[in-house]
Amino acid sequence: MKCIAFIQTKEGKANKASLEAAGLASGLGETVAVVSGHLEGDGGLGAVGVSRILHTAAQLDDSQMARLVSAAVEQESATVVVCAQDHLGKAVAGRIAVRIGAGLIAGVTATPIEGSYTRNVFSGKAMAQLKGTTDKLVVTTTPNAIGLPENTGTAASVEAFAPEIGQRKVEVLEEARPNSGDRAPLPEAELVVSAGRGLKGPENWGIVEDLADVLGATTACSRPVSDIGWRPHHEHVGQTGITIRPNLYIAIGISGAIQHLAGVNSSKVIVVINKDPEAPFFKAADYGIVGDAFEVVPKLTEAFKSL
Amino acid sequence: MEFLVCISKAPDTTTRIAFTEGDTRFNEEGVQFIVNPYDEWYALVRALELVEANGGKVVIASVGGADCDPILRKALAIGAHEAVRIDAKPEDSAQVAAELAHYAKDKNFDAILCGKETIDHNTSAVPAMMAEHLDVPCVALATSLEYEGGKAILKRETASGIEKIAIQGSFVLSAAKGMAEQRIPNMRGIMAARSKPLQIVPALGAAAATTVDRFVLPADKAGVKLIDAENPAELVRLLREEAKVI
Repeated sequence: MKCIAFIQTKEGKANKASLEAAGLASGLGETVAVVSGHLEGDGGLGAVGVSRILHTAAQLDDSQMARLVSAAVEQESATVVVCAQDHLGKAVAGRIAVRIGAGLIAGVTATPIEGSYTRNVFSGKAMAQLKGTTDKLVVTTTPNAIGLPENTGTAASVEAFAPEIGQRKVEVLEEARPNSGDRAPLPEAELVVSAGRGLKGPENWGIVEDLADVLGATTACSRPVSDIGWRPHHEHVGQTGITIRPNLYIAIGISGAIQHLAGVNSSKVIVVINKDPEAPFFKAADYGIVGDAFEVVPKLTEAFKSL
Repeated sequence: MEFLVCISKAPDTTTRIAFTEGDTRFNEEGVQFIVNPYDEWYALVRALELVEANGGKVVIASVGGADCDPILRKALAIGAHEAVRIDAKPEDSAQVAAELAHYAKDKNFDAILCGKETIDHNTSAVPAMMAEHLDVPCVALATSLEYEGGKAILKRETASGIEKIAIQGSFVLSAAKGMAEQRIPNMRGIMAARSKPLQIVPALGAAAATTVDRFVLPADKAGVKLIDAENPAELVRLLREEAKVI
């Protein structure tokens, strides 16, 4: 089986979600990566098992990316395309599937077993095991769900790649500005500290920021808190906001409504801090502290500091 | 302006999830179905706002059987002008996207709006597939849509923040939070919806490209381990030594 991994780079390196996708591909068979935009060296792709990189320096829109990847599939006689289920995967993977006549299995959370892929359905309340019924298959990987393979210690070779990909139709007026500072973006974050109405007001977020700083975690919040403007919308996790699956999710002063759980229930470990022992979130938690956030959180921060 | 809004039938968020036919089908018995929230709150409402400001109409479309009709009536009650039901049992994203694109192909919609994903299958795949069938741009996770000087101006979420883009001509978008606010249908809307056109069109007969072997429910959580509020250091120890996440 030959695979194409479609890669998103950040400052010349493959981002973490893309490395996970490439790692899954290299576990299936020989993997050639397709990269558009700035690339430094092999972008870290050799380490996850990519043998060669087809590179185009141009900044492309979604339609051009789909054409680029489809051209690579044809040139390499590949049968599987893998990319991350992030904003880019959501814009491009479906296009590639249509172009190459392949089935799409979106947002897989584990390496396949005998061609059967596992993904979350019903907003994390169940999983589905499914297969493609076409000769070719496009697979997208949920960020932070599949670990990276053992470092191969080798580098991938880079070849210029310039197939016919048509005209750009999307004009970028303003580049994205980072909204989480140096922290990992929420969908990729391994550690997340989140707080809700229990914090009583935006002026009290210092204790949340302090805890996140000590852990190097990304901050998040519940829906009511972003709706009333205590925190920015991009921090809202839950069904209507961002879905996350960090290794550790610490929820402070969040009751745990089902809509909130739908966005965070794939977290590997959930810690709930709430003064109400009846808060429904405790039922979904691995660890809990019943207590006043204003007393517990600073103590917890101190305890992490002394590690 | 004419917009197509793609509507999916989805189980209510609070539904207890269970499966049938050897765990290969979602058990719909006793389930309350709703308009997929992102299709309704974000995509439909934004299309209605644009038509209210500029004139035109909003057509809603869904792939499904007669069981979809109450969902389409609900969307008509919120304000959509016409509904179309493509008469096929929805099987996967590839099939649904091919059917919707086939319907939209010669209709010259200014834009096609979808929610960011459905809350049952969560694939977020249909918008990009439709865009490829129609050879137009796909704007995934769009958070705003305006029109200026004959161009659509959109904002979308990317890995590093919010990007502002412009598109001349038609496109498909998947709408995320920020696009619009939920609207509650009023009695007048509900009454009016009864007499709005709901057209049933035959399906193209597109094939699914994936098949579900089985559904699995996650293992129950072991139960919460409570730690004394006076001793958060114990939590740190457990996270390090037992859960091994820090």
